[in-house]
Amino acid sequence: MAEAEYENGLKRLDARYIGLLEYAEAWELQKACVKEIDREERQETLLLLQHPPTYTIGSDKHPEHLLLGEEELAERGIALFQIDRGGDITYHGPGQLVGYPLLYLDAVGLDLHAYLRNLEQVIINWLGEYGITAGRKPEYTGVWVGDLKIAAIGVKFNKARHRRGFITSHGFALNIKAGIAADGFSGIIPCGIEQYGVTSFNDLTGKQLTVEEAAVQLLPHFEQVFQYKADTLVK
Amino acid sequence: MKTLTEIVVPQLAESLVSATIDKWLKQPGDWIDIYEPVCEILTDKVNAELPSTVAGKMVKILVGKGETVPVGTAICLVETEGGANEEQPVQAGAVTAAQTTTGFPDSAQDAPMRGRFSPAVQQLAAEHSVRLTEVTGTGLGGRITRKDVLAYVASGAGKSNSAAGAATAAAQSAVDAAAQVRSSGLHLTETPRLPKIEVEGFAGAGRGDSFIDVTPIRNTIARNMRQSVSEIPHAWTMIEVDVTNLVLLRNKLKDEFMKREGINLTYLAFLLKAVVNAIKDFPIMNSMWAVDKIIVKRDINISLAVGTEDSVLTPVIKNADHKNVAGLAKEIDELARKTREGKLTLSDMQGGTFTVNNTGSFGSILSYPIINYPQAAILTFESIVKRPVVINDMLAVRSMANLCLSLDHRILDGVICGRFLQRVKDNLESFNQESKLY
Repeated sequence: MAEAEYENGLKRLDARYIGLLEYAEAWELQKACVKEIDREERQETLLLLQHPPTYTIGSDKHPEHLLLGEEELAERGIALFQIDRGGDITYHGPGQLVGYPLLYLDAVGLDLHAYLRNLEQVIINWLGEYGITAGRKPEYTGVWVGDLKIAAIGVKFNKARHRRGFITSHGFALNIKAGIAADGFSGIIPCGIEQYGVTSFNDLTGKQLTVEEAAVQLLPHFEQVFQYKADTLVK
Repeated sequence: MKTLTEIVVPQLAESLVSATIDKWLKQPGDWIDIYEPVCEILTDKVNAELPSTVAGKMVKILVGKGETVPVGTAICLVETEGGANEEQPVQAGAVTAAQTTTGFPDSAQDAPMRGRFSPAVQQLAAEHSVRLTEVTGTGLGGRITRKDVLAYVASGAGKSNSAAGAATAAAQSAVDAAAQVRSSGLHLTETPRLPKIEVEGFAGAGRGDSFIDVTPIRNTIARNMRQSVSEIPHAWTMIEVDVTNLVLLRNKLKDEFMKREGINLTYLAFLLKAVVNAIKDFPIMNSMWAVDKIIVKRDINISLAVGTEDSVLTPVIKNADHKNVAGLAKEIDELARKTREGKLTLSDMQGGTFTVNNTGSFGSILSYPIINYPQAAILTFESIVKRPVVINDMLAVRSMANLCLSLDHRILDGVICGRFLQRVKDNLESFNQESKLY
């Protein structure tokens, strides 16, 4: 790839922490970035941010997993989007670190599921630093601590128009703030999984970590798992 | 000339067995550029745009929105201008070959699809010894459908023509070759797609046969085993070990160990210690074949074959050479537990450099293991059995066990493996009542 710059054999990554961003804006930003990366006008990018309260429904949709009606949603100030990632319904809101890796993956040796497993690994490795043993449930993509889900994952592979490979979009949502389950997840059956609940980093550790701090700490794990070298986290 | 090309669901992930069509981005009549997405497919938590392998006009959608189909299924037909299609030179060549072999009579212009037979049609033709060139195709572009073959069989035509068999076989193998390389567009893995087997009309008949769905894990095991056996020239050797002193040692320590650690002190832990120490002396056992070189791994990570009801997994004890017998016993216990509970993580499974299989645990006294690809060797620990043994020209009753070793003969030879096994044997036989666990 022409534009890819390498440092110590690692591809360069443009990593940004954006703060709070409306879901619709973030979606447009992702689409714009994907196009720029396709045209090789932009480095591969990792967007880290938070959303205002939002429900998103992926392609594997089951309307019955949304437990609130439109009026209740409006009352609670929660936006609802139907989007083009894999997966069912999930909640985004303040206190949750959302990561959108926009990476160019070559068609040679591409493994969609391996990409999911790598996203999970980034979060598992970070939690491991705090002595939290997180893992996977074979049936359910995402990161789990025991029977509680701490991070949801749903991605899209956009076919590059000018090259053989794919550009990824969407990504992961990692719960940081304590009590996030009560904020938004109570209104849905997350990912349609009825028997398991949701947790957050601060719930597990009793710490008061901010989403921005989590973003800073997570980045090195992302670099290590995906073999990128990020410029300093642009804020 | 115009030809029809099938777009199939490619093997987009090693663990991918099927995918759902989420939505069609192109409709019949639309022009499609090469690599342009034709539809979005859905699998697990992934949405992926599926690119066309050719440029041409979309003719027909074969799999509707919301339908789930196995990898390798054709999902739509694209009409391409013949000749200019650089993506599939092999296919074009193979079809030509098929035509010449059978003395194919029709001119290609009249019936562009006449030289192409779907796997189902080929199989049906083979079952009925039908020469496909004699069947009149009623499908798209003169293509022969299953119905055409059945109608041909029903009409009784060609029954007498048994000499045609050879020609059919030749034609078919050529067409098979074409089908094999029928491009998925993305040559993502080297693994050839498994042939699709038509069971219709064969399954019934009340024979009491049943079918078991191949799970993803079974599929992975199958692929790994096949890759190992087809790529690695296996050789095999065995040695017998006198473990009488080890049995005494373990019997002396096991109760206290259980009290102290809460886990079983297994023979396997002692065996691992003996194997790891022997690998240290013969590092070539801890290597892998890389075509122009042999990679000797520095870390000794022992893959442990752990069986479950319906599968076998090989979780890894990392840096096994840094652990004592007690540490190994704990690792074995933990990995076995995680395997049974389905809690192994990806990192538990990665990085193995040598495999040990405790086949004795299910009563085996001799086995011929398949190497855990891409490692260089695998060792089995067979049942400990009391046997009469001649020592100093006298008969003694000793506890004996066999160790079996399968080796990659590209890397290893009999001499080095013999020495390695001898070292494992010496290590095992030198355990005595004074040996320490910690």
